[in-house]
Amino acid sequence: MSMLYWLSALDLPKIPIGKWVEAIEKWLEGNAGPVFQGIKAFIGTIVNGLADGFNAVPPLLLIVLFTGLAYWIGRTRIAVFTLLGLYLVYNLGYWENTMETLALVLTASIISIVIGIPLGIACARSDKVQKVVTPVLDFMQTMPAFVYLLPAVAFFSLGVVPGVIASVIFGIPPTIRLTNLGIRQVPADLVEAADAFGSTPLQKLFKLQLPIAAPTIMAGVNQTIMLSLSMVVIASMIGAQGVGADVYRAVTQAKTGVGFEAGLAVVVLAIILDRITQNLVKTKRKGL
Amino acid sequence: MTAIIEVQALTKVFGSDPKRAIRLLDQGWTKDRIAKETKLTVGVNRVSFTIERGEIFVIMGLSGSGKSTLVRLLNRLIEPTSGKVLVNGTDIVQLNAEQLREIRRKTIGMVFQKFALFPHRTVLENAEYGLEIQGVPKEQRRKKAMETLELVGLGGWEQKRPDELSGGMQQRVGLARGLANDPDILLMDEAFSALDPLIRKEMQDELLELQASMKKTIIFITHDLDEALRIGDRIALMKDGAVVQVGTPEQILTDPANEYVERFVEDVDLSKVLTASHVMVRAETIAPDRGPRVALQLMRDRGISNLYVVDKGRQLIGAVTAEASAEAVKAGKGLEDILVREVTTVGPDVHLSELFDAVSVAKIPVAVVDDRGRLLGIIIRGAVLSALSGSGDRTGAGGDPT
Repeated sequence: MSMLYWLSALDLPKIPIGKWVEAIEKWLEGNAGPVFQGIKAFIGTIVNGLADGFNAVPPLLLIVLFTGLAYWIGRTRIAVFTLLGLYLVYNLGYWENTMETLALVLTASIISIVIGIPLGIACARSDKVQKVVTPVLDFMQTMPAFVYLLPAVAFFSLGVVPGVIASVIFGIPPTIRLTNLGIRQVPADLVEAADAFGSTPLQKLFKLQLPIAAPTIMAGVNQTIMLSLSMVVIASMIGAQGVGADVYRAVTQAKTGVGFEAGLAVVVLAIILDRITQNLVKTKRKGL
Repeated sequence: MTAIIEVQALTKVFGSDPKRAIRLLDQGWTKDRIAKETKLTVGVNRVSFTIERGEIFVIMGLSGSGKSTLVRLLNRLIEPTSGKVLVNGTDIVQLNAEQLREIRRKTIGMVFQKFALFPHRTVLENAEYGLEIQGVPKEQRRKKAMETLELVGLGGWEQKRPDELSGGMQQRVGLARGLANDPDILLMDEAFSALDPLIRKEMQDELLELQASMKKTIIFITHDLDEALRIGDRIALMKDGAVVQVGTPEQILTDPANEYVERFVEDVDLSKVLTASHVMVRAETIAPDRGPRVALQLMRDRGISNLYVVDKGRQLIGAVTAEASAEAVKAGKGLEDILVREVTTVGPDVHLSELFDAVSVAKIPVAVVDDRGRLLGIIIRGAVLSALSGSGDRTGAGGDPT
């Protein structure tokens, strides 16, 4: 009897986590509005600038330029794939939207790198920072990506900017984690040698730790780019334009053919970005 | 010679409350008892010694004796728990980060056991690292780094990556990196231990050769007694974090401070440590203007069968035997006529191992002469053997031969 009583006492009313989150969201909307407007304008400028830039160049010329870039960074095979893949995208009529998607992915990746690498360095230098950041990253990666759309829309309304924000939240963890890992994996005797010759912490970072960690960091950047790309369809649900939107429309209208074509454009983009960034690591390593 | 480094009661305790161990050590607790009852580890236990400018000071001990910790306390790669490290009179334990960096950049270089070369930099870029972080202009530091690489025998390899080099060459790069910023003091932490024996010996020889011209103060860590005896001007022997004995190689061998040192050195090949100057005895001499009769008389008096002929400056001219002197007396010849000029000579620093052949074939005992040809003493066959057996009275040897 008393046992049951105590158990029933544990049967609390529902904990209003959802309400709390919404309250925080409301408060931020009300009090930090100008900050969000600023961020929105900033990110919007980058994405639209990139997209307009890509689309200002005649598609065939841009294909040749990208092929040249792929050849310079990678090998012939990647250049050939870039040429054929992008031409296919152009031929199928998804060029403009694919370039918008590329702009979104690049913007999200650049923001992730600019925030992620310093954060990763901070984690590597301090166990305390690492202890705080790691669970946050776990949370960010396991929370279903759709959930980020809601606050993103609340703060930045519809369009491409909340898409970029959601992509950054979803894609940034590998850059932070692998920057941290790469720096921590620099052999202790090398760090000791750098100290023994009287390096300042910054000299140690730039002359030893970052160069040695570069391949690992680039692997993280590569993962971040891939994750950002995987967000493009989801981002299209909140109004981000691009080839993701084509896929989304095809799904809602049950147009298998269009869906496949648009999906193919995403795949081509993914393979090119992946191979180029991977080879960036290898070329770098050879050059070191 | 003046002291360049003075270490006073230097102690390192690993664990959460290291100061507590210092109090316990002062109360006479042993390292083992502290480890058992407090979970604190005494890495280096109240070590004191003085290092003279220009000497090679070897810190020797088995693994776990605290020698690698000790050397890192000297440039504070590991923070000392207590004690002082006076470098040119300044206690580096008291320096702030900026002052410490300055000491590391200008005064104390370091060479590491596993080379610790930067794999992303060329040989040249490795060698110039110390100068680069001091902000020395590129051309100037390149020039200096090239000179240093040349000095260690790596001319022509500047543009290679460390992993393209053999172990011995990699450590030459390590040495060049340590020397490029021209420090007064060079810390060498088991610098040759990772090399195979032949290369190691070669590197030891080269280090000694370099040292002869550079006159750095070198603190050399090793677990290898032969290496310590070969290169050390003085040796500090460590056990359980404490220094057991400090002395010249000869002192350590001939006068071990305690049973531990004795056991440590009992297997040493003495023939590779002791030199001609340790076993030579006083030579009986005669001036060249004396007659054979005088020579014969001298030999009879002393009960010997040879005399060494030296001029007024004690320059060795030759030797005369009793037999020849007796004949010369009969034939009325002078000392000049019976002088044997082909006396085998050796330098005072020649090791016994290299003396065996010369000593065993020489008809007249081998003469020890200095680099100006002056007679220091002679080597009697029996003295070599008794020295090697460890029973010889070495204290009488090597005295003033006059």
